[in-house]
Amino acid sequence: MRMRVTPVSLRQRLVMPLLALSAVLSVLIYLSVRIGADRASEATLDAVLGAAALAMAEEMRAGEGGAVVDLSPVTFSMLAAMGEERIFYRVALNGQTLTGYDDLPAPATPPTALSPVYYTVPFRGSELRVAAVSRSLMVDNRASPLTVLLGQTREGQKAISTRLANRAAGLGLLVFLAAVPLSLLAAGSLLRPIATLAEAVGRRGPRDLRPIRHPAPAELAPFVTALNGFIGRLRGTLSQTETFIAEAAHHIRTPLSVMRNEAELALRQTAEEATRARLRSLIRAVDDSARSAGQLLDHATVLFRADQKALAVVDLAAMLAAMVARFTPMAEMKDMALRLTPADRALPVAGDAVLVEAALRNIIDNAIKYSPQDSDIDLHARMANGFAVIEVCDRGRGLGGSAVQGLRVRFQRGSNVGDVAGSGLGLTIVDEAATAMGGHFALTEREGGGTCATLSLPLQG
Amino acid sequence: MRFLLVEDNRDLAASVKARLSMDGHGVDVAHSLAEAGDCLQAASYDLILLDIMLPDGDGRDFLARHRKAEGATPVIVMTARSAVSDRVDALDTGADDYITKPFDFAELEARCRAVLRRRGGVAQATRTFADLVFDQMAATLAVAGDLRDLRTREMRLMELFIAAPGRILSKEHLVDRLFSFSEPVSDNAIEVYVGRLRKKMLGSRARIETVRGLGYRLTETPE
Repeated sequence: MRMRVTPVSLRQRLVMPLLALSAVLSVLIYLSVRIGADRASEATLDAVLGAAALAMAEEMRAGEGGAVVDLSPVTFSMLAAMGEERIFYRVALNGQTLTGYDDLPAPATPPTALSPVYYTVPFRGSELRVAAVSRSLMVDNRASPLTVLLGQTREGQKAISTRLANRAAGLGLLVFLAAVPLSLLAAGSLLRPIATLAEAVGRRGPRDLRPIRHPAPAELAPFVTALNGFIGRLRGTLSQTETFIAEAAHHIRTPLSVMRNEAELALRQTAEEATRARLRSLIRAVDDSARSAGQLLDHATVLFRADQKALAVVDLAAMLAAMVARFTPMAEMKDMALRLTPADRALPVAGDAVLVEAALRNIIDNAIKYSPQDSDIDLHARMANGFAVIEVCDRGRGLGGSAVQGLRVRFQRGSNVGDVAGSGLGLTIVDEAATAMGGHFALTEREGGGTCATLSLPLQG
Repeated sequence: MRFLLVEDNRDLAASVKARLSMDGHGVDVAHSLAEAGDCLQAASYDLILLDIMLPDGDGRDFLARHRKAEGATPVIVMTARSAVSDRVDALDTGADDYITKPFDFAELEARCRAVLRRRGGVAQATRTFADLVFDQMAATLAVAGDLRDLRTREMRLMELFIAAPGRILSKEHLVDRLFSFSEPVSDNAIEVYVGRLRKKMLGSRARIETVRGLGYRLTETPE
């Protein structure tokens, strides 16, 4: 089984390296401050220590049979100025300690001149920084090497350097903490054009298939171009679907028209009863298939439009009135009257005119089809509970005990309609159109016989 | 009545023409918008039956041009397309009505009648027989000056009889013309309508006579 990999978010991709970089930067700041300060203070202290050691060495004089050590207080006060440190020294002539600590370790490479050699040694429990100088002294007319070792603890300096290091660490941390919101801000501003573009596309209505003209940064241009290409292809496909439905209707209905007309002509010209009966059933079959073809296409149109959700404000009352006018000649052919009780005001609903038309047409067509001649059909348009309600009541054969739910199922017809041509799609179309527009459709038995079809659509405004 | 039929499908045009001619209408056929334009130049029509999809253009454009040129002939658009926008467009561009193919000729007749009634009718809309005056457009029957309203089927039945006075019309023929083929028709349906029409004709010298085993005919009782 393949694991689903969640792609790393762009924000994360951007923020993480920024934070890593600022962390490295912080550590570098810390290290450079700490090492730099250490080195600087050590160099300064070493210079003073070396100067003191030199001064001591300069003050050596040759005496009788040896050397005279004259430790000047100035030298030590100079060292004392460097902080509360302990001083250790050792003065040796020819390797023999003249004064000071005999066990103060000598440098690994003995100094050969007056330039001091510095080194660090552990001594009596402390780190000791030692400066060693040497010079030769004429003792008994012989040049004897004189070495001065001057050691100093560096506790004060350590403390200062630790303090500096802490500050450096604090500074580094501060830099890092400042980098967090800054990198989040940077990521936010970088991602904003993507978000605004997404919003602009998301705000579009379902029928809005114009190319995107929203200003986008150059980096997003390839994405916008690809999206526009896709929209173009989608538009093409959709218009092809609509055209296809219309064309299909045309190509089915035109030959059916010819067939029906020819059969009707033949019927008029024939007296022989057997042939006439055949022609009649032929015409019935043509009517049946024309009707089914019409309803299949209606059904396809309704499903197609229902997906599109292209809702606009439609006046249900006006559409019903137009539909009644349209069906009046057909009702009159059966000596039926369509009695419309109009609403006292417009009934604006959020709907798709095509869906509303299909629903009303199928309801009225159904009522006329299943009503006996000389009966009337009552149509009411009214408002109820935030809905525009259209009620179409006939004096037809009623539902004949068929389950109301079943009549709305595709290709399922009532149990009492065997003698009337029909496809069983009409009520499905009405039901689907109503549902697509957030409304509902109901069939009820009418008091005194007949059926009432009720279409309710949510009122707008 | 004189029709102009604009339809590019030749089979369909021929059958519609034959069917309308059978009812005594004059029909000119145009297979393209260009031909239709020529016909309109040459003659005047009571009604234009207009297809939408034609080889040299859209019927609705033709209609719009016709209306713009102040052509007042009533137009019924014949559409085979199911898109509602087509129908709405057709009415917006000035069509009086539309009919969806394939259509029942009874429906076409009903629509023509409704359109012509709305438009103020045609010149000679009345026919007479004996002391009957039948007004097709107003759907009235006058018996010696006494005006009576006819319901649609009574009127269509009267149309059939008055168009062929004295001729025997079979029951089957009347059923075919009065009822749509997809509608259940009871055996005595014609008797019912003939009975109603006879009631409307009470007091007239004209009467509908039953010819046993053959059908009915309109006759005049000699004075």
